[in-house]
Parts: sequence; structure tokens; C-alpha cells
Amino acid sequence: MSQDSSSIEQIIDRYDSDVGMLIPMMQDLQAECGYLPADSLRDLAQRLGIPVSRLYAVATFYASFRLAPKGAHEVSLCMGTVCYLKGAGSISEAICREFRVTAGGTTPDRVFSFSTVNCVGACALAPVMVVDGQYHGTITVESALDILHKLSPAQEAARNTTREAAT
Amino acid sequence: MIEAPAQFASLIDFEQFAQTLRRRGDKTTKSIMVCVGTGCTAKGSRRLYELFCEAVSQSGQDIEVEAKSVGCHGLCGCSPVVVIEPDGIFYRYVEEPDVAEIFRETVLGGRLVERLLYEDSRTGKKAEKVDDIPFYNVQQRIVLANNGRIDPTEVSDYIAVGGYSALAKVLSSMTPDEVISEVEAAGLRGRGGGGFPTGRKWRTCREAEGYPKYVVCNGDEGDPGAYMDRSIMEGNPHSVIEGMLIGAYAIGSDQGYIYVRNEYPLAVECLRTAMSQAREMGLLGQSILGSSFSFDIRINRGGGAFVCGESTALCASLEGRAGEPRAKYIHTVESGLWGKPTNLNNVETWANVPHIINRGGKWFAGIGTAKSKGTKVFSLVGKIVNSGLVEVPMGITLRQIIYDIGGGIRDGKQFKAVQTGGPSGGCISAEHLDARVDFEELTKLGSMMGSGGMIVMDEDTCMVNVAKYFTDFLQKESCGKCTACREGLAQMLHILDRITKGQGEIGDVEDLEDLAALLDGTALCALGKTAANPVLSTIRYFRDEYDAHILDRHCPAKECRGLFAYEIDPEACKACGICLKNCPVGAITGEKKVPHVIDQDKCTRCGICWEKCPFTAVVKV
Repeated sequence: MSQDSSSIEQIIDRYDSDVGMLIPMMQDLQAECGYLPADSLRDLAQRLGIPVSRLYAVATFYASFRLAPKGAHEVSLCMGTVCYLKGAGSISEAICREFRVTAGGTTPDRVFSFSTVNCVGACALAPVMVVDGQYHGTITVESALDILHKLSPAQEAARNTTREAAT
Repeated sequence: MIEAPAQFASLIDFEQFAQTLRRRGDKTTKSIMVCVGTGCTAKGSRRLYELFCEAVSQSGQDIEVEAKSVGCHGLCGCSPVVVIEPDGIFYRYVEEPDVAEIFRETVLGGRLVERLLYEDSRTGKKAEKVDDIPFYNVQQRIVLANNGRIDPTEVSDYIAVGGYSALAKVLSSMTPDEVISEVEAAGLRGRGGGGFPTGRKWRTCREAEGYPKYVVCNGDEGDPGAYMDRSIMEGNPHSVIEGMLIGAYAIGSDQGYIYVRNEYPLAVECLRTAMSQAREMGLLGQSILGSSFSFDIRINRGGGAFVCGESTALCASLEGRAGEPRAKYIHTVESGLWGKPTNLNNVETWANVPHIINRGGKWFAGIGTAKSKGTKVFSLVGKIVNSGLVEVPMGITLRQIIYDIGGGIRDGKQFKAVQTGGPSGGCISAEHLDARVDFEELTKLGSMMGSGGMIVMDEDTCMVNVAKYFTDFLQKESCGKCTACREGLAQMLHILDRITKGQGEIGDVEDLEDLAALLDGTALCALGKTAANPVLSTIRYFRDEYDAHILDRHCPAKECRGLFAYEIDPEACKACGICLKNCPVGAITGEKKVPHVIDQDKCTRCGICWEKCPFTAVVKV
């Protein structure tokens, strides 16, 4: 907790305690922790002298904030118009089915957090999936699942053995 | 590298430096321009850039060669793109092994690498140079002119092509009033969607009472399928900063904000670098170029809310609150950020300003149509041959953009519609392809200019599903403040969802129209007022598709699951058994060497066989 609060102090100092910079502060906090821990939000609200409800209003309004810890990897699937036209909808369905995850959630084994985003602005590469900041263009259901299976080497190895056993 | 003075203390300092840069530019004989925009980076162009840099440093040749990482060239469908200047030789789909060959043959030897040249898919003709490619030679590039020519992380590159000379001109010889008059004379209108005259906005803000005044750059490019602003921020960030400086001088502001979408990390990085360079050189901050004018900019990253592209919501977000719009009976130019006069313009609008100052309002007003002046950048994407960013003069026809520049529809399919204006825009059908693109004309067709997304759809696209997609998008993005938008969109989505599932009822279309009228009449902000456009425009042009879904329980585009059937083409079927194994309901029968058959009574139309068939023998009927 003490270490936590010193980093919150740093974040506040970075923006001269300007309440107008609340969103950037929360973005920095999320960048540090991976999500917005309840304790940290309370701490931040107290130091800024604003009600914690205001922080929750912001955290729940904007799509990029999360209140629960995320997986080891971050996967965003673009659902922009072009990606959607080119099949992002069925890719999303396949990912959710295969990894037992919902958009905005994390896989049960915490390997990755999965979110669908509005448009990453790489429409010429549609459909696009961003894995840990790396863009994968012109993906298909198969290639998307492939990429995600590779995130967890153990899982991949296990799958291969079952596949071999099946054939 | 020419050492820049630590800080330009005066205009004369700046002029001298700019001249030295221009003279130096003449000496370099060859430049290798590697695109490092988001599209090309995704295909590994940063590594290509490193390899070219290595090749340059290892070559002992006497000619001066440089490798440059530059912003987006626009033809993103061909990424990664490498251009060799000054000849303008254009290479596409460049891969790591090609680097050595390009360097040896083209850069040193002056010969072409044929296989990497652009090939016109219709004529089969190879294009040697950028100017020979139809995608480029129909365009008129002003805002994008230097994208792909300069390194966005080098301020001296921007100065060498005339950057910041408009700022110098304004500070040395123009009064704020003259600047505004020039922008008014140009007839520049907001490029973010509304099309409000920029000069008039600036004047109202200048004349508004209150201090301080703010200028804001709206980089919250939220329309799915549009990335013009991202490419400008990434490829030529200084042009946006220069535009804002000129605007701030004209309006009398000393603080600016750039609000960038959360999904654009590279744009934020490029803008940050550009701002710190400009600050170091005395182009941003206190006493700019030794004058009495001071101005600084702060970058705010959005939180991922579409509605924040709306000016009052954006201001709320900048103040650290949830981005809910307010009624605009008092405009933001009078009471915006923190209740102070605030002038908000879109990225592309700001980037146009330096050109207007340099070349005059009259020149700008000479381009375009009677009421829409200048050029507009569109992101031309979807089922089209050449996907990418295009900049065209206002008044060009949709057909010219889609066929001459875009190269027509992919895979020889039929054109069905083009969607313009983002989620608040509409779909325009084939009979209006010869319509001229300007603010008024697109509105007349039931769509709008918007920020410039242009999404091409072919015969395989179901228009009811498109309407559902946009309504779903808007319903999720509705901030929830107005009942009509919050509840009305949910209701519209519910009806559309039923229709696409084959549960549509007679009267659904009329209900949709009623709800649309309600939204238009009662929602507070532009997002809500225009939210029904995708539905209304698809009903207007594609009523037959709605009827087919509702009356015949059939999706003519064969996109809506359950509203068409799957069959196995006996000619193409290799009897491999994959579909049979994967069918969850056991609807497929067949043996080895006998083409398989789907039992239509058992089939749930899940489409798994269609996905799994390696021979595309499963067809939709």
C-alpha cells in the first residue's frame, strides 16, 4: 500500500494536482497497475479532494478503463466498419467460443484479456487484431485462433498432443 | 545534419536556417522513403527502415544517400511501401530480403526492380513512378502533400519543405484580423463533419468576451473506417501545430489542447516529439520567434468514447469529466472549456491553415465547388481494390473516387453502396455514383461529408445488417443523457436484430422511421440527431432488402445467418469428410468418393461446414 501511494503521489505531481487532468492521471495509474484498483482510486480521490464517485463515473464511462485485473497479454479485435464487413464479427464469435471469454473479459487461465474496439484506423489491413501493441492484418478465423493459441505455449503443446491422439 | 540554432531568437534567425536547409536539400541525390505509418509498421516496415539505414552506412559510395522513415503514403493496401526519391520510384509489398536488391539495383545502379512495381489490376500495366499510378494522379494533395516526404520526427524536414514559414509570415506581416480575413476568403469549412465556416468561427471566438481563450484540436477520430486524421498526426504533426499557432494568434489565445483518441498511440508519440522539438526551437512556448506572441499546447488522450468527438463532450472530457454533451444554445466559441471562449477545429482543418496563409485565400477558394472549397481527405476502404487515403478536390464525383482512384471493386464483384460520414452518415446507392462530393450534395443524398470515411460495399454486403451494425455501434456509444437516444436506439436495434434473424414483421420499417423522426426531433447533440441516418438511408435506397428479410425470410446478400441455405456443390466436393465430421447436428451425409449432401430439414444453418471446407465446395444459396 505504501509503495502504491507514493506512485499515486508521483502521478498527481506530474499533472500539478490539476483536477482537469483526472483522465490522464487515471490512464497513468492504469498503465502502471494494468487496471484501476479500488484502493488506488479511493486514494487518488482523497488526495485530489473530489468524491470517489466522480472517479467511478469517469472509469465506467470511458471504454479504455478497467476495474478488474487483466490477463498476461492484451488482445484487441477491431470492430470498425471495414473489419466488420470483412468478417470481424465471426472472428470475435470464434475467439469467444474457443477460449471461453467474453469481449471485455479475460480468459479463465488469465492468458489474455480480450476486447473489441471501435476502429484502430488500419482499415486497409482489415480485419485487424492487435496483440500487445502488435498489429496483425488480414486475419481469418483460423489465423486469429492460431495467433492466440501461441500466446500460451503450454496450451498449444497440449492441443497438439490431443490432435495427434485423435488422428 | 545541419545544426539548428538552440532557439530562434528572431524571424531573421528562422529565415536563415530555413534557407540553409533548402540549399542542403538540393545536394542529397537519393532518398529512400520508408513508410512507418500504422499500416506499414504492422507489416514490418520499421525493420525495413533499419536495414536500409545499415545499407546506407555500409556503402562507401560517393553519392549522398539517406534513408528516411516517413509518414503514410496513402496507398495502405500495398503496404509496406518504399519510395526512392527524387525519381519517385514506387515499390510495394517490400519484404526484408528485397532491401539489398533495391539498394544495389535502384539506389546505386539506377535500375528498376520490376516485380516490386505497382501493377494496375485492370490493365496489367506496371507503373514505375508515383505519378504514373492512377491512385495518385487523380488526386490533388495539399494537406497530404508532405506526408511520405518528410520524417515526422525531424522538425528540420518540415522546415525544409516550407514548414513554419506561414507562422513567420503571420508574425511578421499580418494582424490577427488579416489572418481571419484570409481564412474567410478561402472559404475553409470544418473538416470534422459539421462543415461550419472556419473563419467565422475564429472571428466569433476572437470577439467573444472572456479570458483566457482556448484553441482545441479535435483528434478524436472516432468514426469506424476513417483514419485521415491519424495519418496527418503521425505523418506531419508539425502542420497541425503550425495551424494551431496561427489560429491562436488570430483568436488571441495562449493555450491549446490536442485531444487524441486512445487507440492512436503512435499519433500521440509523434505529436509529443514534434511539440518538444518546436518548443526547443522557440516555435512554441514563450515569445515565439522573438515576438510578443506566446502559445503552448497540451496533449490529452481520449478515454475511448465516440461521443467525445462532439465539441461540448470533448470539452467535458478535457475538464476531467465523463464526456456528456450539453445543449449548444451557447456555442463553445463563447463558453467552452472551463466556461471560456474555445475554438475547436478538427485535425485536417488545422493542417489546411498554413497552406492558406502561404498561398492565399484566393488560391484555396479557386479549388472546389461554389460552397465547398479546397480538398478533402477521404479514407477509401472496404471492398475496394486500392484501399488507402486519398485527397481530392471538392466536387469530384463518387465514381471518380471509387473507380479511377480506388480501382473499382475487389474480386470482380458488383458495387452496391458507399457509406460516407461515419455512423452518422448514410449509404449511397449505385444510381448516385455521379453525384459530386461536397457538403451540400452528400447531405441531399441522405448521407453527409462527416470526417471523411468512405466505405465501399459490394453485392455480398447486406444493407439491413449494415444498418444494424451502425445502430449497435451508436447504441453502445450513446452517453445515455437523452431518453430518445438511449432508449430509442436500443429499440431500433431490437427491431433490426429481429429482421436479420428472420423474425421481422410487417410494419417494422414504419416503426423504424417513426423512431428515427423522434430521435431527430428530441436528441440534444449531433450524435443523437443523426443516429438514425444509417437506418433511414438504407431504407431509402434498399427498401427491397428490408422487404425480402421481412416478407420472404430471405437475405439477398446471403449474410444474415438462417436467411439463406447451404448446399454442397457436387462438382467441387472431394468427399474429404471434414464437413461431415464438423457438422454439430449430423445433417451431412456421404461416403468416401461420394459427394456429400446436406439434409436441409436437419441443417441449422450454422455455417461451420462452409467455414471448414478446404475446397470451397459449400455454397450459400
